Amino acid sequence: MFAPTYLDWNATSPLDPAVREAMLPWLDACFGNASSRHEYGRQARAAIDEARARVAAAVGAHATEVVFTSGGSEANNLFIKGAAACRKPGLIAVSAIEHPCVREPAKQLRRAGWTLHEIAVDAAGRIDAQDWSELLNARPAIVSVMLANNETGVLQAIDHLAPEAGRAGAWFHTDAVQALGKIAVDFRALGVHGMTLSAHKIGGPLGAGALIVDKRVELSPLVAGGGQERGLRSGTENVAAIVGFGVACEQAVARIDTEARRLAALRERLETSLVGLGARIFALDADRLPNTSFFAIEGIDGETLVAKLDRAGFACASGSACSSANPEPSHTLLAMGVEAGLARNAVRVSLGRDTRAEDIERFTAGFARQVNELRNLTAMTV
Amino acid sequence: MLKFPIYLDYSATTPVDPRVAEKMIPWLTEHFGNPASRSHAYGWEAEKAVEDAREEVAALVGADSREIVWTSGATESNNLAIKGAAQFYKGKGKHIITLKTEHKAVLDTVRELERQGFEATYLDVQENGLVDLDVLKTAIRPDTIVISVMMVNNEIGVVQPIAEIGELCREKGIVFHVDAAQATGKVAIDLNTLKVDLMSFSAHKTYGPKGIGALYVRRKPRVRLEAQMHGGGHERGLRSGTLATHQIVGMGEAFRIARVEMESEMERIRSLRDRLMDGFSDMEAVFVNGDIEHRVPHNLNISFAYVEGESLIMAIKDVAVSSGSACTSASLEPSYVLRALGRNDELAHSSIRFTIGRFTTVEEIDYTIDLLRKRIGKLRELSPLWEMVQEGIDLDTVQWAAH
Repeated sequence: MFAPTYLDWNATSPLDPAVREAMLPWLDACFGNASSRHEYGRQARAAIDEARARVAAAVGAHATEVVFTSGGSEANNLFIKGAAACRKPGLIAVSAIEHPCVREPAKQLRRAGWTLHEIAVDAAGRIDAQDWSELLNARPAIVSVMLANNETGVLQAIDHLAPEAGRAGAWFHTDAVQALGKIAVDFRALGVHGMTLSAHKIGGPLGAGALIVDKRVELSPLVAGGGQERGLRSGTENVAAIVGFGVACEQAVARIDTEARRLAALRERLETSLVGLGARIFALDADRLPNTSFFAIEGIDGETLVAKLDRAGFACASGSACSSANPEPSHTLLAMGVEAGLARNAVRVSLGRDTRAEDIERFTAGFARQVNELRNLTAMTV
Repeated sequence: MLKFPIYLDYSATTPVDPRVAEKMIPWLTEHFGNPASRSHAYGWEAEKAVEDAREEVAALVGADSREIVWTSGATESNNLAIKGAAQFYKGKGKHIITLKTEHKAVLDTVRELERQGFEATYLDVQENGLVDLDVLKTAIRPDTIVISVMMVNNEIGVVQPIAEIGELCREKGIVFHVDAAQATGKVAIDLNTLKVDLMSFSAHKTYGPKGIGALYVRRKPRVRLEAQMHGGGHERGLRSGTLATHQIVGMGEAFRIARVEMESEMERIRSLRDRLMDGFSDMEAVFVNGDIEHRVPHNLNISFAYVEGESLIMAIKDVAVSSGSACTSASLEPSYVLRALGRNDELAHSSIRFTIGRFTTVEEIDYTIDLLRKRIGKLRELSPLWEMVQEGIDLDTVQWAAH
């Protein structure tokens, strides 16, 4: 099969071979239900405990703080709605650039009497300082700001924001789905009450995620039933995916230093070429994930360009996968004050474990060709 | 060659059928795309695989694929169905009816709704485990909005009269939810004829992987739900979250195999179950729990009186069975399902659920019969109660000294 060059690692990542090896027995001879008391069940329980320890170790948390979920979306829903259910309705604040699985549950809370504030970001995509200090004066009860943005890759200073919000009386949550495995993530050092992780962005399988949660935070479960995960998430555990998640965390964290440097260098090469072709790189002035580049070329529609790139053998995206059915321009760019016309031209390239220098060279050459074709086409129609 | 422990706990979970695993693995490796990615072939092929699997799940139960919503499992499906319907229709009423013998995923969900201001009736079942339709009829109030009744009980395997309850619900305009986690591949389900509005499914009880399930949501007449998981708007807004392609592919293949093989497989399994039951039939003070006619072919739940439950489980470690449902087996409470049948605590404690499956052999059944007979004989020899019974003392008349 012809395999297009995969440059969409922020959407999902191919399974790490070590993860695959670790998972296979759990789709085969080791099939017990972790709640069963016989040998099959105890074996599954032990594997989950081991994975829990691995996930905790990867992010500087205690194993008892890890609640396994079906993925990042569920973990975000669990914190936002679960914490809100245990507090009197008040003010909830989420940044204007959050993933929909943070913004939508926050919007839902308005029906329960909550006030929602969307925290503004500046032109570089960072939390706006003035809006932030005004927010703290308003004494929010729950605050959620993502550690790294899925589209721009911009990093927020969570280690400053979280303690400030905590002092103002809020429970602070961060969606660290895109940050995990790309930069060092330490639950304690960040000073957050809750943190969301996902397996499939770091070489683990689809179908597993976790909420890391400080035990002082009272949470009400989203899914009621058999009482698994300390009653916070009922349902028979997905042992194979959880085992894979544990190994993926271990693998990703072990290579983080070398990978971050390697990917940053590849991205620099990429962006130098892109700028040479007239691209505008978004959030270039901010601290970003080392693997992510979000850019646009004036006058060339992002969707069209991405479709042409796909036919030329390059898989990238015009924005986050979840909103790729949605023709609206990126809400992250709009929040940064990018005008809608240019935002519609956006293309995201995200690199990963298997990306090599040759891939970047091939991509930049292919990209130049597609851009020139589209420019000529535009010139002809004018 | 027998492999120990012999697995007779297929209602707790099933092994992934090797044919299912084989289908799943390419989607774990080379085809790794996010089905929501619309801009490249990795995403499109994953999306197609997801839709093919949706057709297979729909085909097993006589549904339209547009009526199938993926979830992380039956527990989430039950939560979504019951909370989603109750919250959507709360303007019509606030009363919910379910059975005392439902799975915790239903009971705990209904309890949570009670805390939110809904009212609930938990119906008793008859001694055979089946709901009495007249009792159900009497429980219906003008403000009843949801009735949830499981198709097959996870502990005793009895099959509830879903068709009749469906007629009743449709006539009264009540949303009818059915937990069918234990039913797929064991009994025929035809949603073209059953008047069921919402039905929960699980993959891992039917030789598929864990971590994937589905909820059937009827289109005609349309049933509406409030989403419980918000975000990217996957599954037509009913359940957000990136779809786990390999797990979905696994569920599709598992349900396809169930559709093709159920009839012949159930015949074989029923004969194994009957062989197991016959193996105990000449023993004294042994009781089968739950109706034997209206029952899935693979379940035998049986109480061995005058044997202490924990000792029994310890004594038969070569056989992996359950003494209640797996989800509650960490507690030493006697099964609430058996208590609901009117079994006393002692008898509930000394009960074992045998559930037979695709990979069970005649040799395994014969070994199990032999082991059980020996060990129960031994345990009863040690039991002073058994000795008293043998001497003809009626234990119910004995005045026990308090201590």
